[in-house]
Amino acid sequence: MRMSDHIVDVLGASAALGGRPILHGVDLTLDPGEVVTLLGANGSGKSTLVRAIVGLVPLTGGTVTLFGTPLTEFADWARVGYVPQRVTAASGVPATVREVVCAGRLSGRRIFTRFGAADRAAVDDALDVVGLHPLAGVGVARLSGGQQQRVLIARALAGRPDLLILDEPMSGVDADSQAAIVAALQRMTGAGTSVLVVLHELGQLSPLIDRSMVLRGGRVAYVGTAPPDPAEDRDADHDFHPPVAGGFGLSSSPLGSARP
Amino acid sequence: MSYLALPFIQKALVAAVLVGLAAPAVGTYLVQRRLALMGDGIGHVALTGVALGFLLGTSPVLTAVIVASLGAIAIELVRARGKASGDVALAMLFYGGIAGGVLLISLEPGGNTNLLTYLFGSILTVNAQDLVTIGVLAVGVLVVAIGLRRQLFSVCQDEEFARVSGLPVPLLNIVLAVTAALTVTVAMRVVGLLLVSALLVVPVAAAQQLTRGFAATMTAAMAIGVVVSVGGVVASYPLDVGPGSLIVILAIAVFGLASLAAAVMSRRRPVAV
Repeated sequence: MRMSDHIVDVLGASAALGGRPILHGVDLTLDPGEVVTLLGANGSGKSTLVRAIVGLVPLTGGTVTLFGTPLTEFADWARVGYVPQRVTAASGVPATVREVVCAGRLSGRRIFTRFGAADRAAVDDALDVVGLHPLAGVGVARLSGGQQQRVLIARALAGRPDLLILDEPMSGVDADSQAAIVAALQRMTGAGTSVLVVLHELGQLSPLIDRSMVLRGGRVAYVGTAPPDPAEDRDADHDFHPPVAGGFGLSSSPLGSARP
Repeated sequence: MSYLALPFIQKALVAAVLVGLAAPAVGTYLVQRRLALMGDGIGHVALTGVALGFLLGTSPVLTAVIVASLGAIAIELVRARGKASGDVALAMLFYGGIAGGVLLISLEPGGNTNLLTYLFGSILTVNAQDLVTIGVLAVGVLVVAIGLRRQLFSVCQDEEFARVSGLPVPLLNIVLAVTAALTVTVAMRVVGLLLVSALLVVPVAAAQQLTRGFAATMTAAMAIGVVVSVGGVVASYPLDVGPGSLIVILAIAVFGLASLAAAVMSRRRPVAV
């Protein structure tokens, strides 16, 4: 019997994409209030792991438990705030920053119910935390890549989650937005939110991190409280490579970083 | 303007308002999801439904609703699977729909004059019973498009985020597909199956030249939809042209004007970031 007071409990998780095995028996736990980072080179499976944790990638083996409930039975999605790896926050029709963030208030909501004062307050708070309140009425397509990333973070925060899962929030993000994201995560962790964050490198977030886990080839290569050996990190560093070099996982990250 | 008092013109105007509201409301979601031509595909499939109705001697609208809904669900299932072969599967569905419709019609003894009504629309021949059907369908479409706007917005904006929110994404996708199919069958009497997609998409494309928010785009698109539909009916009588094509030409003219206005406005004010 296992204790399951972990917020996230991954045991022996395996997963495949398009028939190709990506994860090979990965274990991971996240305790209340903890901040854990997943590191690793492109293609190491870190993105697949978080996508498996939120149910977007089916497991071929092992189990995922969220808040003590097996993923297959888990329904309390309001407790989970998910920030997908960003391509863009825009779509085929214009949408304001506020409209996108409001999509974070739909978990567990009955259809045809009105947005109340509590919803508006949560959206305002989320915009405040990422420092985008002054841009609430602006179309997201007009924002920089880093600002769009902050919109997606605000959308996840609008549900007031207990667990925040972020997939490469710092990739291709300008310095201003990086600082804003660090400040936002500081505020959330200070308030007791648990965080699982996929990163290319620890960077500015390192003071917040309780534990790091490094994946290599879909297996856990390192896990511990200290930041991993810098040599590990060099693998993940892609700053001076052209986007094609890293293949799959890299293709979306440098997009739209500096351009408005 | 005394012709506006004519009963058939008045029925046509009511139909124009209903369709002008409903089509862009659903079209906004299709454009948001970059499926602007889905209405076109459903229109092709609906033709088989219309022909089936003629052949069976039942209401063509009823059979069109059923066949178009099934076609829309099939399109949605192909889209959701996201396979490269989906493109080809859609082509089969679209051309199968047209060919099936024409084939069934040719089986029917007698003329195919009625078919043209559905291919190109004939809003001026809408009778009281048609109006009830159009009214019920249009209200149903609007209840879904407006009542479920937050859920449908989330699904069309970022489907994976919607799934992690716990939204019933496959169900919402089916609801949207069937709603689009209902809209196509409502609108086919007005502009015809060949132009139906224009009424779903062009008002949205025009509106978003000048808007920056989703709710604003949908509202403006519905307003444009009503204006061009009513304008097309009103102007078609003195001009002695078909209202269906005139409605679409008017919508494209509004799109042109909106693009021009957007270009002028963006020249005056630098891009704000």
